[in-house]
Amino acid sequence: MRRAVGALLRKELALELRAPMTLAGMLLFSVTTLIVFHFALDERSVEGDLAAGVLVVTLLFAAMLGINRLFVTDHEEGGFDAFLLAPVDRTALFVAKALALLGFLFALELVMLPIFALLLLGPTLTAGVLGKSLLVLALADVGIAVIGTLVAALGIQTRARDLLVPLIALPLLVPVVIGAASGLSPVLEAAGDAAVPGRWLAILALYDLVFGLLAYAVFDFLLEE
Amino acid sequence: MTSLRILSLATVALLCGGFALAAFHAPMDANEGFVQKIFYLHVPLALVALGGFVFGAVAAVQHLRSGDPRHDLRSYVAIHLSLVLGIAVLVTGAIWAKASWGIWWEWREPMLVSFLIVFLLYCTYQPLRFSIEDREKQSRYASVFAVTAGAFVPLCFGAVRAAESYIHPQTFNSTDNLPGSMWLAFLVCLAGMTLLFVTLWRFEIAHKMTRARVRSLKRRLGGVDDPVVGRSAAPQLSSP
Amino acid sequence: MTDNLPDNGGYVAAAYLVFLALLLVYVAIMAIRLGRLERELTQLDELPDAADHAARERAREQAPA
Repeated sequence: MRRAVGALLRKELALELRAPMTLAGMLLFSVTTLIVFHFALDERSVEGDLAAGVLVVTLLFAAMLGINRLFVTDHEEGGFDAFLLAPVDRTALFVAKALALLGFLFALELVMLPIFALLLLGPTLTAGVLGKSLLVLALADVGIAVIGTLVAALGIQTRARDLLVPLIALPLLVPVVIGAASGLSPVLEAAGDAAVPGRWLAILALYDLVFGLLAYAVFDFLLEE
Repeated sequence: MTSLRILSLATVALLCGGFALAAFHAPMDANEGFVQKIFYLHVPLALVALGGFVFGAVAAVQHLRSGDPRHDLRSYVAIHLSLVLGIAVLVTGAIWAKASWGIWWEWREPMLVSFLIVFLLYCTYQPLRFSIEDREKQSRYASVFAVTAGAFVPLCFGAVRAAESYIHPQTFNSTDNLPGSMWLAFLVCLAGMTLLFVTLWRFEIAHKMTRARVRSLKRRLGGVDDPVVGRSAAPQLSSP
Repeated sequence: MTDNLPDNGGYVAAAYLVFLALLLVYVAIMAIRLGRLERELTQLDELPDAADHAARERAREQAPA
């Protein structure tokens, strides 16, 4: 199983490196969204609650782009049939895709956080702030990756994919939004960053665990012929 | 069919009895006054709707394990009914909020906010079904959705509750210090609402199965099949 | 109108009426579906007669010839 996941993951990354549409698209979209937020909020700098909210929403919507495209090439180019013929555990596809999405999200944040600090963030992005933000966002990313992969797989069979996938994924991700925004807002306060409240890390971790296990158990049924 | 008859009579008795108890037997609430009487309608509706969603998830699990389309039908009808009850929950909740605090919506009421999120999620259930043409795939994917959404319900309520506890939650009321007569009225209303759900659920399933039998009979007797007008989101029972 | 009801009684009445209305709408929809079912059943009822009629027509056409 681990080899299958490794092979699939390598394929995903190779595809992305060859034609970097998804990651570049997500990055461009986030920067544009930050600009839109500047004009929509009419704020030159944000901090605390507002900063956390802007960051989480931007991340979420960029993630939606990635999620929409997750299984598209497999579906169109017949990758599914090839995979189903291989004698591997079908859940390997889920793990590989989720890990790939997780990688994209993390790479996105590494680039987006400094840009966010440059454009909109009031308090300076010290190493401490950066580190704590990445911790919270990492837990949130796992949740987004798990739910995103599951819902993307739910949507492959439908032509109204682009519409349905965000509609299903966004309510499911509300706890992640709550956890991430509430966890980030004390960190991004102007008065100097505070520690991340432990309860939100716990809630995010619980969410990741529950849905990780659920998606793992249930993914097989989506690939049966 | 006799069970349906008994169920409906029991439903009427319990529901009317419950409302009567709420109106005449339960005392007036000290803080809220007469408006508190909405509690006997709104909370049973919410609890039964959520129970229906969870039951839909359980039936979906059974469907995934056995492949029997009847479980899928049970899951579909349960979720569909809970959605209708959900509309009633949100409307009565808004009315209660307006009566208690003068505004139609209150973000600090965690139950209502959580319920809205869950409701919005389940609103995508029928469009999802409708968009998948293959009947067997439709049932399977719908069951996966129902299971995921069912697991989501407690998580959502927990997360929203945790979020709102920073600011004092403006809960409608606390069920901690309910006097005995209020508890009685509430429990009877809850039982009546549960039976209402079960009755309507049985009713709708009976209707769908009957219609499937009529259709299959028509096909076997060589009658002219009514042209299927568009796809349906409801599970189609295959001809026996 | 709110003289007959205690203060804020209008809201309570509205809430219960919404519930009642939803319930009755549901019953109405089920009644419509029942009507449709009955129509299909009448079609089924008439099928044997239609088949007999068609068979008799065919026999009549073949007999004199």
